[in-house]
Parts: sequence; structure tokens; C-alpha cells
Amino acid sequence: MDLLLIFLGAAFVNNFVLTRFLGICPFLGVSKKIETAFGMGIAVTFVMVLASATTFLVYEFLLVPLKIEFLYNIAFILIIASLVQLVEMFIKKSSPTLYQALGVFLPLITTNCAVLGVTVINKDANYNLIQSVISSLGAAFGFTLAIVLFAGIREKVDKNNVPVYFKGLPISLIAAGLMSIVFLGFSGLIK
Amino acid sequence: MAKFNKYKEYFSQALISNNPVFFQALGMCPTLGVTSTAINGFGMGMATATVLVASNFFISLIRKIVPAEVRIPSFIVVIATFVTIIQFILKAYVPSLDASLGLFIPLIVVNCLILARAESFASKNNPIDSLFDGLAMGLGFTFALTVLGAIRELLGSGTLFNMQVLPELFPNTIMMILPPGAFLTLGFILAFINYKRRDK
Repeated sequence: MDLLLIFLGAAFVNNFVLTRFLGICPFLGVSKKIETAFGMGIAVTFVMVLASATTFLVYEFLLVPLKIEFLYNIAFILIIASLVQLVEMFIKKSSPTLYQALGVFLPLITTNCAVLGVTVINKDANYNLIQSVISSLGAAFGFTLAIVLFAGIREKVDKNNVPVYFKGLPISLIAAGLMSIVFLGFSGLIK
Repeated sequence: MAKFNKYKEYFSQALISNNPVFFQALGMCPTLGVTSTAINGFGMGMATATVLVASNFFISLIRKIVPAEVRIPSFIVVIATFVTIIQFILKAYVPSLDASLGLFIPLIVVNCLILARAESFASKNNPIDSLFDGLAMGLGFTFALTVLGAIRELLGSGTLFNMQVLPELFPNTIMMILPPGAFLTLGFILAFINYKRRDK
């Protein structure tokens, strides 16, 4: 029950993109088509879950015993950067088709603040290993949901006659604002 | 004198004609995430600017000894170090700001503005130029965040830098200080800039 709440909280109530404003760059950058948005979502899910498990282990069994918790930021970003690299090499070897689908997105994930964000949130909430993984799964699900829905909206917007000054980023931001209003409906569902 | 003019050019570009937020769409997460009040926007901007100045200067100093293959990870470590320092300074001297910015302080590490300046400017120019470039870009970023925060605060709670500006009777649009307000305000600011630019 507790785990379900953590999942729903991360996915809907505190949606990473629309409520917490994490991962805005890929959200605006790679949401022109539904397929690429979905690919990005899957890649982020992959890295997020691995990163939150690894950072938990490193924090708990390396930083805390050595009393250097204050270095968490440097440690976490290095873990994420090397993890992204590892995942890239692994996928390249094991599944070329998946690599072709995700290839371009993988390097971008290092600077996706949603990934570093979820690890810091897990640390601040004192989640244990399972809770951390569930919370990152929820966050990744929320990210994927938001970016895929947004790509769908943008595909429709492109076919319509937008006022000339609003073309491009402005109308996308306003569309994101309206989506964010919808997600506000979830607030208060879980404390 | 030529030097002076060059630095002046950095500042006018970063503040107006090539503002990192309004024209390059860099650093969007903190831009949208912390600008519910002008103070928060200003504080976040200054924290980012400080990190940017320090990291630009330092990266420029070490630019010749860092091998090209590992430059991005090295830059990230330099940036993360300065972010950790700033985080402690804020915690010690302005705890209220630290509390309201919260998660976004550690996330300065992944602000694409800082890495973009390190990669495109500091790794190619001398330390003094890089210092001024960092200062200019940091102030441009602060300017954008403060404007966004001021608009949202004014419409959302009728105050500006925590001082009552609009009459008490003026209806507050709570939506503006909630997450949707960030997207909507920035969307309209960008549309307004497009409008101004086209007319020229």
C-alpha cells in the first residue's frame, strides 16, 4: 500500500514534468513526434531505475560510512554519467535494434535533471532500496506519460493555424501550461 | 578600451539580444520551477551566476591540461564542486532562500546553461574573458528569472519582492503562482518578444 502511494505520488500528484519542473529540456526538445517521445520515455525509465538503485547503494554503503555525505551531489552526477555510458555500450552490444531506437537520446539523459532529481528526492525522503526503485519507476512513468501526451498535442497543434507570434515554443509552453492545469486536479489526492 | 567594449558587448548580448532564457531556451527547469516570487527568481539567478562565474574561470584555467575525451565529465565535476560550495553558503547565511529553492540548488549541476558556456566558451578562451562571459550570462539568466518571478508574483499575490503593490481589493490569480502559471507566463513573454522582434 505504501509502495503504491509512492508510485502514484511520483507519477501523478507530483508529476515530474508538470508539477516539479524536472526534465523540461527533453520535454520541450524531443516531443515533436509521439514515437520519439516514447523512445525518450523508455530510455529515461531505464536510466532512472538503475541510477536510483546505484546511488542508494553508493550513498548508504560508501558515503555514509566514510562520513562524506556532503559529496552526494558530485557522486550522484558521476554515477549517472558513467551509468549512461555503460547502458549505451551494453545496449549497443546486446540489442542493435533497441540501440537504434534509443541511441540519440542516451547521451542527452546525463543532463536530464529528472534523473539527478529523483536520486536527490529519494535521498532526502530517506527511502530504502525498494522504495527508491518504486519512486523512480513512478517518476519515470509520469515523465513518459507527460511527454507522450504532450507530443500528441503538439502533433495536433502543428496542423492548426497558430497566431504567427505564438508559433513554435510559445504555443508549446501554453499547451504545457494547460496540461499542467489538468494535472493540478490530482493534487491533494495523496498527502 | 577595446577590451572594455568587448566586455560591454558580452553584457548587452547576454541581457537583451541573446538572453540565455528568452532566446536560447537554456536552463528551463529552474526558470520554470522556482519563479513563483521575484525573490526566489533573483536568488536562484544569483546562485547560478556565482557557480557559472567560478566554473567558467576555473575550467578556462585547466582547459589546456584536460584531455579532450574526458572534458565533459571533468567539467561536470568542477561544476558540481562549486554547486556543493554554494549550497553550504546558502544553508549557512540565507537558510530561508535555501529552503524555498530546495531541490533546485543541487540541480544547478545539470543546468544546461553552465555546461553550454563551459563547452562553448570557457574551454576555448582565456580565464579573464571566461570570467566576464560567465558574469554576463549569469546576470542575463538572473534578469530573466527575476522578470518572470516578478510577473507571477504581481498577478498571483499582488506583491513585488514581498511588498504589497496592487490594492488589497485587486483579485489575485492564484493560478499564476501554481505550476501552470510558469508555463503560461513564459509562453506569453516569448510571444511578446517575437512580436517586438518582427516589427523591427
